[in-house]
Order: sequence, then structure tokens, then C-alpha cells
Amino acid sequence: MNIVLDNFDAYLAGMIDTIVLTLVSFALAFVVGTIVAGFRVSPVPPLRAVGTAYVTIVRNTPLAVSMVLFWFGLLPALGISLSRFWAGIIVLTTYTASFVAEAVRAGINSVAVGQAEAGRSLGLTFPATLGQIILPQAMRTVVQPLGSIFIALIKNSALVTIISLPNLTKTGEAIGTATVQFFPALLGAGVAYLLLTLPSGAAVGWIERKVAFRR
Amino acid sequence: MKKQRWLIPIVLLTVALMGVACGNDDSPTVGGDTTDNTSDAPSFAAGSTMAAIQAKGKIVVGSKFDQPGLGQKNPLTNQVEGFDVEIAKLIAVGIFGGDASDLGNKIEFIETPTPVRETVIEQGTVDIVVATYTINDARKQRIDFAGPYYLAGQDIMVKKDNTAITGVESLVSGVTVCSVRNSTPAGRIKERAPEATLIEYDTYSQCKDDLLNGNVDAVSTDNSILLGFVAANPNDLKIVGKKFSDEPYGIGLKRGDDAFRTFINDRLEEIYGNGDWKQAFESTLGKLGVPTPATPPAVDRYTSAGPAPAPTTTAAGATTTTAAPATTTTTG
Repeated sequence: MNIVLDNFDAYLAGMIDTIVLTLVSFALAFVVGTIVAGFRVSPVPPLRAVGTAYVTIVRNTPLAVSMVLFWFGLLPALGISLSRFWAGIIVLTTYTASFVAEAVRAGINSVAVGQAEAGRSLGLTFPATLGQIILPQAMRTVVQPLGSIFIALIKNSALVTIISLPNLTKTGEAIGTATVQFFPALLGAGVAYLLLTLPSGAAVGWIERKVAFRR
Repeated sequence: MKKQRWLIPIVLLTVALMGVACGNDDSPTVGGDTTDNTSDAPSFAAGSTMAAIQAKGKIVVGSKFDQPGLGQKNPLTNQVEGFDVEIAKLIAVGIFGGDASDLGNKIEFIETPTPVRETVIEQGTVDIVVATYTINDARKQRIDFAGPYYLAGQDIMVKKDNTAITGVESLVSGVTVCSVRNSTPAGRIKERAPEATLIEYDTYSQCKDDLLNGNVDAVSTDNSILLGFVAANPNDLKIVGKKFSDEPYGIGLKRGDDAFRTFINDRLEEIYGNGDWKQAFESTLGKLGVPTPATPPAVDRYTSAGPAPAPTTTAAGATTTTAAPATTTTTG
């Protein structure tokens, strides 16, 4: 594995790029996804329609396609000038948010309906009921699904290579080109991904235990 | 009377089938021709790669499917077209005889993007790779090259109104240059213009789009490819016109197969001499406005580093390949 050791700095830089992409877009996707989930369970039909349309369209479009369409199609068509980094973040965020929304909605549905009724009978508005009573309970049950989405995002973030944004996969490919040794170079990238995903999996389990109800 | 009416469709069907049968009669004549050609196909020493390809009945060629004028899959006909493709066909003719236009299923093209070219040769997935494949010493560690059959050179394409970029030395800090990911031209930009920001996409057409959108300042790759884009957008794009590299395109084959390499080199010299090379060029790159070179490049019959190390599939094995002695010497 000389190739990997010789290019250790490059792999490290690639890992940091991937970590930054993942953390920023997951943080944003968590917020956007939760809002969309709120829309989907809202009593207001237009909001429900917007939430459903968002999930249907974004979740069913391949990420690679969205990436190309956004950078080469939508941005030039609208005449918007945006840095590659934020373009990549926006695409990863919108895509991931659609999965977050469905996970959170499942969590909301898992909370007994009496909880919402109790909130309403106390005179709380719908947003207040959702934010203060339903979501705190719902989030506990969706830690694992959100963790899976997070781990998927670590790997999905490789697709920003399409718009020439640095990340771990791009680093691996570049090292493969420079050395004409693609297999060990990409294997190195694969191992580096494991170094990110395995601790993430462990962290998700830890968070789940931390926030669990004492039963 | 009424009972006979059902005969009409049957009669019609029979006539139609006869028509089809007549149509079919034509194709066997074509097939007959090719069989005749096989009889006048050259014979090769038993055990040679040429004899093996002849026995197998087809040659498998790795090529690019996305390079205008060189190797591009035509979505309408599903055929790969371009100069690389024509060269591959002319080599196939050297093995099977006949004519480049009626090889039929004696030649099969497989898409080989840049990262997989050495691997498919080593694993024997393809017999040869003709895919804008620049001859260089790093690659000679893993495979051997026949040719070159064309000397491209890296140039720079900019918007027509750009006067700031006049050559590779203008690619300084703050200038964004686009090329295809992990390609030789991209590597050369890193080397020759390390200050410039390199943007890498999957295809050159994406680079061209980003140049037209104003997201990048320049696109750099082999002039043969750039000329194709300028020919399609003559009002918006131009080529700087200062080549800063030589890209000798070679034909990749298994390392150490000297008999096969000599055969291809001989065949290249044959098509240089009989005008086939010139015709292949004019019907492909020539149509895109690339001027036909006055003379084809001289083939480089260098001494190979010897047979490739035993094929390895494990990661550790792949790494030890690098330990193979680097005895490649370039002659001529």
C-alpha cells in the first residue's frame, strides 16, 4: 500500500473535504427535511401538497442527474453565479432533505395520536404541538434511520466530483491517474471512507442510547 | 367464392415472405464475399496473437465513445465513429482481409474510458485499445504501444473575445482551466500551469458548456478535440493556436507481445503508404476542420520492457507490479 502511504496528505485533505461537505449538507438537510415533514403532516392542504411534491420529485431523481442539471442547466438558465462548493451543498442538501423528511414523518406517525390531541386540548397551536410535543418524541425513534441517511450522505457526497468539487473519491481517482495504479489508489479511498462511516455508525448507536426514553 | 377469400391473405403473406427471402438472398452474397476474403486473409504463425484473433473470428477493440472525430458513439446508428475507429478497422482488415467497410461482426468496440485502459489490456478483455491513447513511459510499465498513428498536441480553447489568454504561460493564478478528469491533458495542466485552477469534468462537452456559461476561462486538451468544438461554435469559440505538448496517439496492447506489436506497426506503415490512413483521417477529423498532416508520424519500434508480470488480482499483487524493473528504453 505504498501508494496510499506516499499520498497520505492528499487522502487526508480529501477526507476533510468529504467531512465538511457531509456535515454542512446534513445540518442543512436536517432543518429542511424537518420543515418538509411538518408540511407533510400539516392540516393545511396547500402545505401538504408542497411537501409531497418536494419529496416525490427530489427523492426520485438520481443524485448524479440532479448534480448535472443544477450546475449545467438550472444555474446558467437562471443566470445565477454560484460557487461550486455551494452548488454542491445545495444539491446534496435538497436530495438528503427528502429522505430526512420521510424518516421524520415516520417518526411523527409513531407518536400516539393522543399526544397531539392532548396538546390541542391544552390550546397549543399546530406548530407548537408539533415542535414541543410531537417532534421531541418522534426524533428519538428516528435516530437510526437518520444515522443511515447520514452514512449514505458520506458516500453520496462523492458525486460532487461531477462538478469538479474536491472530495475523497476525486482524490483517489487523481492519485490513481498520477500513479497509473487505480486499484490500490481507489482501495485507499475505500478504506478512508470506512474510517468515516464506521465511527459514524458507532456514534449513531451511542446517540440513540443517550436520547432513549427510560422504559 | 366466399370460402376462397381466406386464401387472399395467405397468398399475400407468401408473396411477402418470398420477397423477404429474396432480400435475404442478397445478404448471403455479402457473407459469401467475406468468406472469400477470409481465404485471401493473411496466414499467421501458429500461437501468435494474430492467429488467435483470426481463430476467434473477431477482434475486440477498446475505444472512446465520447470524443468527437476520434471515437464517438452515434446515438442514431449506435455505431462508433471516428479516426480511432477507422484505424482499428484498418488493423482488423490486416488480420481478416476484406474491406474496412464490411468487417461486420469481425470487429467489436468496447467503451474504455481513460481509467480502465491499462486494466482491460492486462486482463485480456480487449485485444487492442485505440482510444486517444497517448504513448508515455508510465503506461509502458504496464502495456506496450504500437504506433504512433497520429501526433496531437495540447492547445487551449477560449471564448472568441478573450485576448488575455495567449498560451500556457497565461494560465496563471486566478484563471480556471477545464479538462477531462484524470486525463493526460489535465495532468499536463497541473504540471505546466500549477497556479491555475483546474476544473475536471467527465466530458469535454461539459467543459465547453462551462466555457460558454462563463464558469471557466479556458478549456485545454488535444487540438484535434478542440477543433471539433470550434467548428461547431465558430462565432463563440476560438483556439489559441499554440501547441504546448506532443501527444503521440498509440495503440495499446499486452506488454511483451512483440510479434503483435511489430505486426500492427507494419500494418500502420502499409496504410500510410496506400492512402488508407489519409482517407481515414479526411473522413473523420478532416470533416471537423482538422487539417490533414502532410505526413503520418513515424512508428516508434522501441524495445519493450518484456512480458508483463503474472496477472495479479489482489491489492498486494497490484502494488508489487510497480516493483517491476523499469528498463523501458525509447528508441527512434
